[in-house]
Amino acid sequence: MVRITLTVNGEKKEVDVSISESLLHVLRDKLHLRSVKANCYRGECGICTVIMNNRLVKSCQVLAVEADGAEIITVEGLTRDGKIAPIQRAFIEKFGFQCGFCTPAFVLAGHWIVNNMPKASEDEIREIISGIVCRCTGYKQIVDAIKYAIMLAHGESG
Amino acid sequence: MGSKELKYIGKRIPRVDVDKVLGDAEYAYDFELPGMLWVKLVGAPHPHAKIIKIDYSDALKVPGVVRVFTGEDFPFKVGIYAADRDVLAREKTLYYGHPVAAVVAESLEAAEEAASKIVVEYEPLPYVLTIEDALKDNAPLVHENLAEYKHAPFIYPKPGTNIAHHTKLRKGNIEDGFAKADIVVENSYKEPMISHYYLEPWTGIARVKKDGTIEVWSSHQSPFAVRNLLALSLGVPITKLVVHHLRTGGGFGGKAGLLLEHIPVLISMKLGGRPVKLRLTARENFFFMAQRAGYLIKMKTGVTANGKLVAHYGEYYLDAGAYADYTVNIARAVGLTAFGPYEIPNIHVDSYAVYTNKVPTTAFRGFGMQELFFAVESQMDELAHKLGMDPVEFRLKNVFVPGKSRTAINELLRKDAGAPAQAIKEAAKLIEWNTPSEKPREPWKIRAKGFAAFWKGPFQPPNATSSAIVKLNEDGGVDLLIGTGEMGQGTTTGLVQIVAEELGIPPEKIRVAPIRSTDMVPYTWQTVGSRGLFTDGQALVNALNDLKRKIRAVASKIFNVEEYEIEIGDGKACVKGEPEKCVELKDLALGYMQPTGITIGGPLIGAGAHVPERNVLTHPETGQILEEGHLAPFYTFGAGAVEIEINLLTGDIRVLKVVSVFDTPALNPGLAEGQVIGGAVMGINIALREKLLFDVKGEYKGLFPEGMLLNPCLSNYIVSRAADVPKDFKIKFLGVGQSDAPYGAKGIGELAMLAWPAAIANAVYNALKIRITELPLSPDKIIDEIKKKRPELLEEAEKFLELNL
Ligand code: FES
Ligand code: FES
Repeated sequence: MVRITLTVNGEKKEVDVSISESLLHVLRDKLHLRSVKANCYRGECGICTVIMNNRLVKSCQVLAVEADGAEIITVEGLTRDGKIAPIQRAFIEKFGFQCGFCTPAFVLAGHWIVNNMPKASEDEIREIISGIVCRCTGYKQIVDAIKYAIMLAHGESG
Repeated sequence: MGSKELKYIGKRIPRVDVDKVLGDAEYAYDFELPGMLWVKLVGAPHPHAKIIKIDYSDALKVPGVVRVFTGEDFPFKVGIYAADRDVLAREKTLYYGHPVAAVVAESLEAAEEAASKIVVEYEPLPYVLTIEDALKDNAPLVHENLAEYKHAPFIYPKPGTNIAHHTKLRKGNIEDGFAKADIVVENSYKEPMISHYYLEPWTGIARVKKDGTIEVWSSHQSPFAVRNLLALSLGVPITKLVVHHLRTGGGFGGKAGLLLEHIPVLISMKLGGRPVKLRLTARENFFFMAQRAGYLIKMKTGVTANGKLVAHYGEYYLDAGAYADYTVNIARAVGLTAFGPYEIPNIHVDSYAVYTNKVPTTAFRGFGMQELFFAVESQMDELAHKLGMDPVEFRLKNVFVPGKSRTAINELLRKDAGAPAQAIKEAAKLIEWNTPSEKPREPWKIRAKGFAAFWKGPFQPPNATSSAIVKLNEDGGVDLLIGTGEMGQGTTTGLVQIVAEELGIPPEKIRVAPIRSTDMVPYTWQTVGSRGLFTDGQALVNALNDLKRKIRAVASKIFNVEEYEIEIGDGKACVKGEPEKCVELKDLALGYMQPTGITIGGPLIGAGAHVPERNVLTHPETGQILEEGHLAPFYTFGAGAVEIEINLLTGDIRVLKVVSVFDTPALNPGLAEGQVIGGAVMGINIALREKLLFDVKGEYKGLFPEGMLLNPCLSNYIVSRAADVPKDFKIKFLGVGQSDAPYGAKGIGELAMLAWPAAIANAVYNALKIRITELPLSPDKIIDEIKKKRPELLEEAEKFLELNL
């Protein structure tokens, strides 16, 4: 067991982890952040995506020890004082989800795009989110939601 | 309903399940109980083998392991239409991956470790992997004791063979029909087994309480189907069974009935009621959960010189895998549907579900119709080409006319059944059918359009009923209680819109509990067949009428008028024409106190039911209806068209444009478009890429275990990604409703899938003049076919490549 420190959604957490443990396991099973979903555990589906040090990572592919000292954002951290983030509002207004199992990953990817690539073209958005699988939506309404969130956050000129 | 301006129906009202976006939606996958045990299943490494010995002594030594179960612990069979399934394999295993043992431990890790220590000795048996092999005279039998299995009355297994079910359809006289035909097209179509690949791997949790109550939380579509089938399979009373429906992470038919719920239930029963969780990994989901059947569809269709369909002969075979689950009923559905939305006087179809030594199969979005229509709509194009007639025109010449046409089972389509012809015309218009595709800039690419029509209703028993309850609250809001599952399709939001519209209250004031427990919500048969909005919607309209009657009764007493003089809207009940005489619904929700204190009314609750109107059974020998009526409470009609681009050098097909037209109105365009786009992307991907790979020819002998599913993961089983799907969608709802549907709306979730394999195959033909009758239309197949049938195309294309070098 090794002790690591994470800042998760702005809060400092200390967790004891084994050297082979994934960040996914720490987030879901030790910190009980159940918005972080999982499906394949092998880097293929992307629905375990979280934001780590302002990068999108598949948390099943990150060792917990690698994440020592990192700053992590999950969907639980997007809602502040009862106010939802523009990306969440956009997903709701643009019907960007159906069964919802992939949704936290896409919401985080969208959040990251809004903050880091506000000028992203549709093709760039599609490229970035192609690491995450959705079997329900056919992606169009997800892409529409991300584009709309960019507008909400940065205005028309975005 | 109908005349006044609608405020919530037909509008883009946001989904009510926003917990999914906020991160606190709870799925069975996430669900845990204190003191919960974990189960891990051990699968067989042979396609067909006798179990000689199971040694789990080492597994029991792993710290935290509680117990190991094997087939002998559960000596009975379970199943939906036929009880053909062992809980865990007994005596022999039937397919690669077939669970033979279940390890129960205090932690998932301990269960995993122990599972790897179980040693099973097998004696391999001869096996069958294809429909053709399974049907041979001396084929190894997957189920030797088929005669002893319990099954539903409309399922006809053939003991002594691998036939799990046989449906017959006989209409008119097939010989006479073909005698009248001037042109006959005969083809054989093949479609592989595929996977639903819903994102939430199947999960079930169960516990038994001290009073004997069995509680189940699982990833399913239809809570009442799970309850009913568990009760039947395990012989426990309904009163002692509670099934909780949480958020469900996708189903697409793959979670329609009873999945593996019986395993955690039985284990909990054996372990003093402790909570038990079985959660599959995505890989296990390929082996332990049922997939979609493969198809071999042989058909021969005859048409007169002036383009009238006169005869159709079909042999439809479904590769059911080791357990047939819903597949027996799908064989029945495709057999009785027989053909597309066209009238044919003479039909002869035999439809079979065939056992093979492969993973079990079950329902898949469309219930066999996408598979059937791939054949039918390819056939329609070929007939049109042979006739020298435009394929759209040929379809219009034969398409059903509501009120006049009779279907294959001889039901007369109701007058308000829909608008099949109009849907075909509209789709042709939107794809600009008569304008040829532009030539792509790259000379090694070629573009063309393709077309397909479709129809479908929920394939349900005549007594598939639904119910709904609405409770008025003291803030004028409503609790809506429904039993239908929500796996993303959005029915819940549509039902909320109906409440909002009927009572004139905003959707924010209507609550539907995210968790639906069978002892708390009213019954509905199943959440399948795109039936929810229609059947549960009708039940809800009736419940609202009941509630409104009660509101009127109270309000009429308050204002001393007749009940019919009370009008309900905007959250108020008012005397017609006297706007000052109003009472707010909130003030009469729990009982209205009059000035002197005397209270009238009481907590107001409306209840309503839906019973299908004149749905009838069919004759076992002919498939014809037993009396005038219908097989399904509604049919949705539509058409789809695509424009594709084929790269002659790589064989790659890109779908550039998608047109999808439905006759029904949409209660919520945002939701409906989501279904249509999601269904198109899934259907197109099935057409182009999806296939569960088995080494049927023995090409990989020695490299992989025999009979193994070779691609049980996303890197080999290709599901579409945001960058490789079409972007250009033209979607239209014609707004032609059925009179008894809530606001006219019929189902679309499955229908969204049906056109694509045929439309794309037809476009491939239009581009290359090559008819491909086997799915998927993968690049290697396209190149192969070009090499075989149009080598000159490839040579020309390669010339350009040389020039560019
Ligand atoms: S669970 Fe991490 S990529 Fe699939
Ligand atoms: S919404 Fe179901 S997988 Fe994306």
